[in-house]
Amino acid sequence: MGSNLIDALFIFMLAAFIGFEVIRRISPLLHTPLMSLTNALDAIAVTGAILMVGEQKSTFSLVLGTLAVIAATSNVVGGFLITDRMLKMFKTSRPKKP
Amino acid sequence: MTNFPANEQVIQVIYLVASALFILALKWMNSPVTAQRGVWAGEIGMVLAIGGTLLNQGIVDYKWIAIALVLGTIIGIPLGLVQMTAVPQRTALSHAFGAFCVTLVGIADFYLRTPNIPRFVMTVLSLEVILGSLTFTGSLMAAGKLQEVLPQRPLTYKGQNLVNLTLLAVAIVLAAYLVLHPGATLLFPFIVGIPLVFGVLMVIPIGGADMPTVISLLNSYAGLSAAAMGFVLDSKLLIIAGALDGSSGFILSVIMSKAMNRSFTNILFGAFGKVQISATNEAEVKPVRSATAEEAAAILAAANTVVVVPGYGMAIAQAQHKVRELYDALTRRGVDVRFAIHPVAGRMPGHMNVLLAEANIPYERLIEMDDINEEFPQTDVALVIGANDVTNPAARTDSASPIYGMPILAVDKARTVMVIKRSMSPGFAGIDNPLYYLDKTLMLFGDAKSFVNDIVHELAGGGRN
Repeated sequence: MGSNLIDALFIFMLAAFIGFEVIRRISPLLHTPLMSLTNALDAIAVTGAILMVGEQKSTFSLVLGTLAVIAATSNVVGGFLITDRMLKMFKTSRPKKP
Repeated sequence: MTNFPANEQVIQVIYLVASALFILALKWMNSPVTAQRGVWAGEIGMVLAIGGTLLNQGIVDYKWIAIALVLGTIIGIPLGLVQMTAVPQRTALSHAFGAFCVTLVGIADFYLRTPNIPRFVMTVLSLEVILGSLTFTGSLMAAGKLQEVLPQRPLTYKGQNLVNLTLLAVAIVLAAYLVLHPGATLLFPFIVGIPLVFGVLMVIPIGGADMPTVISLLNSYAGLSAAAMGFVLDSKLLIIAGALDGSSGFILSVIMSKAMNRSFTNILFGAFGKVQISATNEAEVKPVRSATAEEAAAILAAANTVVVVPGYGMAIAQAQHKVRELYDALTRRGVDVRFAIHPVAGRMPGHMNVLLAEANIPYERLIEMDDINEEFPQTDVALVIGANDVTNPAARTDSASPIYGMPILAVDKARTVMVIKRSMSPGFAGIDNPLYYLDKTLMLFGDAKSFVNDIVHELAGGGRN
């Protein structure tokens, strides 16, 4: 457990730094789609919920897990869908190949 | 069980690829040219991660997983198809859903494993449910205010911050006690329940103009709660995704707070929404100059450079498509038209950009505050549509003003200023705007959409005669 914990903290730290460096560079133009995209990515919590439902350790965990999967899945689907729609709207008048 | 380790390794490799795709997805978001690719990377990563999870041999039954995935998709599709003006409340709602998921899994985890939960796991589990439940109710409140189901007016009372912080402190102390005394499981419902109340109280004092900061902050909390869930479940993928989301929300909160001149501790403790000040001290009526659509059209047509300053009023009036017609009409006449975007214009980060992009205005015409401010002195006409506080010169000059120090768009430096506004009533924050009384300012009284429409008509008529 001890080494797992330290590993996990290292991963968290590195991922947070990558997040800072990557997101700092994102143009304010795209802040709204950025937020809806990170929302969809954050719904990766669905993986934990899926395991909880599938393992069926108790009725309680099955019910809560199922609700959790529903909530997270709607974020995945809705989040990617609206990000995609928003980005399609960003057009340039410059005659440049994307 | 013999092939279990191999299977587990396959799943971990899939998760590794998914994590890399998530980072690439964010990296590609830095430009509108590559952003679409970023969404695809995110989608592929998500499908891989869910697919990999389904391979897990601990799963004994797929029926409920399938039902939940289908139901979630059915709910998710309409949430992905909302109007662009409804994007702020949709975003708040999805923060609530994300936090709901994390909190439920945390609660179920607790009751499955108690009282044999190692101290560290219990610590992060507490963090998970505290952040999760306050984000859940806080985001629901924010969504309700944005959808105008709840009153948008900030509700404040004496000692509000003290009550809120005390509640949060009680939840943390109870959690700490439970970490040290794993047998005290009766405390757990309070560790979930108190933050639920805190989330509501935290957002009650928030007014509409502060929503961009609050939404960003809730975004960050949602990410951090997911990362905490990753620690509990020992899932590296979740830790990475949660950390990325947490830092994204954090950066946006910092940008928003700087754009409103709020200190950082101010955000961390959720103690925003303090701008409302009684505007009763304006007794005298100061003279303003107003103009008709015809006069406005003539001035715009004679200009070489026009900078449009959109605000939330444009969003409410759904005027962005009319603004696009104005843009087209002026551009055809050879007028250089650009848009000045204040970071907190609207109700969430980047809100104005999305609305104007929806109206097909090319994105290189949307200019950030710092870049456009240098150009206002060379601008013939600044046309303010539904923006107020972000153009208020008192933020620069009047140290008694509640928004003193807030970075603003320097529209008062333009040669002529035109402001489309319903009436002279002060804006949401109740702060008077000296911009309206300048000699070079013309007030265009009316609804943003119909007034812009009238200007477009005048321009069209003038062109043909």
